[in-house]
Amino acid sequence: MRVVQKVVQVAVVAVTKPSLAKTNQQTGRFRWGLVFAGVLGICVPLMAAVLPENRADIMYHAYSGGGLEVNGPSVLARKSIGKSTSVWGNYYVDTITSATIDVVTSASEYTEERTEKSLGADYLYDNTTLSLSYTNSVENDFNANAVNFGISQLMFGDLTTVTLGYAKGWDVITATGRPSLREEADRQKYKLGLSQVITKNLLIGLNFETITDEGFLNNPYREVRYLDGNGGYGKEFEKYPNTRTSHAVAMRALYYLPYRAAIRGEARGYTDTWGVNGSMAELGYIHPTKQGLTYEISYRIYSQNNADFYNDLFNREAEFIYRARDKELSTYSTKTIGLGLSYEFKKRSWGFIDKGSANIFYNRIQIDYENFRDLRVEGVTPGTEPFYSLSADVFRIFVSAWY
Amino acid sequence: MQDMKFLLSILVMMFVLTGCSIKPWIEPYERANLADPIMNFGRDPVSSAYINHVFEAREGARGAEGGSGGGCGCN
Repeated sequence: MRVVQKVVQVAVVAVTKPSLAKTNQQTGRFRWGLVFAGVLGICVPLMAAVLPENRADIMYHAYSGGGLEVNGPSVLARKSIGKSTSVWGNYYVDTITSATIDVVTSASEYTEERTEKSLGADYLYDNTTLSLSYTNSVENDFNANAVNFGISQLMFGDLTTVTLGYAKGWDVITATGRPSLREEADRQKYKLGLSQVITKNLLIGLNFETITDEGFLNNPYREVRYLDGNGGYGKEFEKYPNTRTSHAVAMRALYYLPYRAAIRGEARGYTDTWGVNGSMAELGYIHPTKQGLTYEISYRIYSQNNADFYNDLFNREAEFIYRARDKELSTYSTKTIGLGLSYEFKKRSWGFIDKGSANIFYNRIQIDYENFRDLRVEGVTPGTEPFYSLSADVFRIFVSAWY
Repeated sequence: MQDMKFLLSILVMMFVLTGCSIKPWIEPYERANLADPIMNFGRDPVSSAYINHVFEAREGARGAEGGSGGGCGCN
């Protein structure tokens, strides 16, 4: 790891002996100026921020669960230009084969592809880092664009990092089989982050984020169901409000153990104007060995309540103005186990490459829905089907090179 | 008396601004553990970005995902 410690000359302010100070107003203001200069002078950091490392990653990712298969590559490369600028690019593909419960109960299996491209740059000036990036995501019925801006300031003797971020996104939504449908949605994100070194072994992070959406926010294919009055149920398209504002706060901690290993913890709270309230907690353990291997294990839990306008079975057609039957807007909980193994290669004779690593991570996600029923079960009274649940396996296999 | 007030004011100001005053309580030579790659909230960006995307898709909550690096200027 490249560690740059730039010593900054600290201003030394000589405090005038008080008894020699004159008492007129002008001199008084000057004295207060000296006091501020002295106090603020001590605040000048002793070290400087650094740009992210030059590295490239090639990853294969795979998600399989609940009838959904998503896999593909992701390539990320970052390179410094001069001493103060670093640029990066990411190319990411999702190849999707979907036979989820929504699909099999209302349509037929389909395959599609999503391609995402991102470009970004970071500019370092003293202890301030300015970041700008652009992302474009394209699939056959959804086009999304986003611009991100961030400013990060290292302060208080290099122990505190404050980050402010703003992002603007705009989406264009169409639907296969509904040629008249062409909708738009805009999104804005406001982020505030604080990273603080507490002791020589403890680091904490605090993040706030508010997201506002405006426009067409529901899935154009998904339907809700309602009692048809004849002992069965009918279906109609979902309808969501056209605005949504969410707030999330997260706290993270990393603690270096007495031997070379670390534990990490995270807790997050979430609320939004659709009535969804969620909470998440995660605990992880990272254990490197002298042979270059790093083992990682984690456990994560999440739970939420349903949105105000969610219902598994409405009483009649168009019962309410807004209606949803998206399982991600229902009441449910998840449990996730994570395992990871990394191997770091030291430099041998790889030319410009300093070091490399090979990594495999696996996550198993178990989701239990509490008011979303499994409509694949037929021949029962509507509203008495068993609750749906799914398990998903997620793999990340990647190699990294530092240069 | 005037000088006493002045000295007292300096002390009060130092106390009020104590959050940014005095020297850092962890010296640079004490930061070896913090500089270890395992002490990074998002040490593999390509991997962190992907798993955050998966969690955002499967969990209804969104925002405040981590990965903002460390605070010791060594990430």
